[in-house]
Amino acid sequence: MSRHVVAAVGEIAPGTCKLVTVKGREIGVFNVNNEFFALINRCPHQGAPLCRGEILSRLVSKSPGQYELTHRGEMLRCPWHCWEFDIRTGQSWCEPDSVQARTYAVEIEPGSELAKGPFAAETVPVAIEQDYVVITV
Amino acid sequence: MEPVNPSSMQAIDCDIHPAVPSTRALLPYLDEYWREHILRRGLEADNLELSAFPVNADLNSRPDWRPARGIPGSDFDLLRSQVLEPFQSRFAICNVLHGAQAMFSEDLSAALCRAINRWVAAEWLDRDPRLRASIVVPPHSADLAAEEIDRCASDPRFVQVLMLELTELPLGRRQNWPIYAAAERHGLPVGIHAGSSFRHPPSGLGWPSFYLEDYVSFAPGFGAVLNSLVTEGVFVKFPKLKVVLIESGVTWLPAYLWRIDKTWRGVRAETPWVDRLPSEIIREHVRLTIQPFDEPPEQSQVQTLIEQIGSDEMLLFSTDYPHWHFDGIEAMPNGLPPDLIKKILIDNPLATYPRLS
Repeated sequence: MSRHVVAAVGEIAPGTCKLVTVKGREIGVFNVNNEFFALINRCPHQGAPLCRGEILSRLVSKSPGQYELTHRGEMLRCPWHCWEFDIRTGQSWCEPDSVQARTYAVEIEPGSELAKGPFAAETVPVAIEQDYVVITV
Repeated sequence: MEPVNPSSMQAIDCDIHPAVPSTRALLPYLDEYWREHILRRGLEADNLELSAFPVNADLNSRPDWRPARGIPGSDFDLLRSQVLEPFQSRFAICNVLHGAQAMFSEDLSAALCRAINRWVAAEWLDRDPRLRASIVVPPHSADLAAEEIDRCASDPRFVQVLMLELTELPLGRRQNWPIYAAAERHGLPVGIHAGSSFRHPPSGLGWPSFYLEDYVSFAPGFGAVLNSLVTEGVFVKFPKLKVVLIESGVTWLPAYLWRIDKTWRGVRAETPWVDRLPSEIIREHVRLTIQPFDEPPEQSQVQTLIEQIGSDEMLLFSTDYPHWHFDGIEAMPNGLPPDLIKKILIDNPLATYPRLS
């Protein structure tokens, strides 16, 4: 396991995702209302590029004809078969017990801490005055 | 494997069809107003049979069960000697099929259904303690249907509400919900019987030419019924409701369940109240009678199909008397596992119909 600086915090706007490649793996780094999460860009169902799917809310209902939005901006819909995944946990909405997308731990670190090392930041130049998204792979 | 003899276990026959011999037979059971209405219009001369079950079609009466004269299923003594005695049934549920169940006029339909329910109680249930019946209801008025359910429910020998499968309004639609509310309130399953009002083609295509097409189309039609009940949220709104598919065929079910589950995963957000696999909902709420079963060619394939259905609680014994699906007393498909046989013959019907006791 190693820690990788993958983006400056300001680089990923809320409601968007940055695709990065770390150790040969494509990973989507999401900003969900200024919380950051990382998911492998591979749908556990059939291998589609999951992180290129739409970022949506969760539609729920207590009873037919009642409609409610929850988890605004926290759901990811696979571009191939429209299965929905929770960006926070990688869990499939339909099969939460058996289907899960791989997640990676994400931390926000100030540049001043990162300057002390050790970390890998091949593609992201680090400045002391900024905050960075660091994932563990 | 030896053919199963249901008579050895005093099975519960969940589908027999006593028939109204003629509209004249209903006259004593009609409210006074409607008796005069029918006589003024000369309707007593019309037997008002359902087009879906033409009396003379071979399938609608086994040759050795066809009476010398009259409508198959209309003679109590014959029914007793042809089905109750040979099968030694503990109970048999009378499902009357009649044009009143498709009739457009809400009030005439309700009046005739009321008369049929009184007739079945007096002419059948009163004559044999083994008989039970389904409540026949007017399909174009859910309010009048619910009223009739409330009226009949005080007689515990009515154990189910009966509806036709292929109707103008898909069965899951909210307009029908007063029927399900009444059924749930009284602990009555809703039996959905094969058949159509034929105000639209029996399949999604245009009008067929032959009876073979009509009858075979009833099986995939039941898939459409399940689509409607599940997606409209009937089982979410009425969590205690059971639905029994009657004369639906059985072996189409696994492929249907695979398809609805797979599609639901992708488009479930459209109907967010369907918040678990449709197959789970169906296994919990839906039952099917065993005749016709539509057997595969090999007995070993029956075992596979049972595994694919994925529940040992869904199938209910039926003869579908006097309709012709089997000969002798071989009403049970060959190749069923022994522990499932008892469940189909007795345990599952008892669990499905709380009023059977």
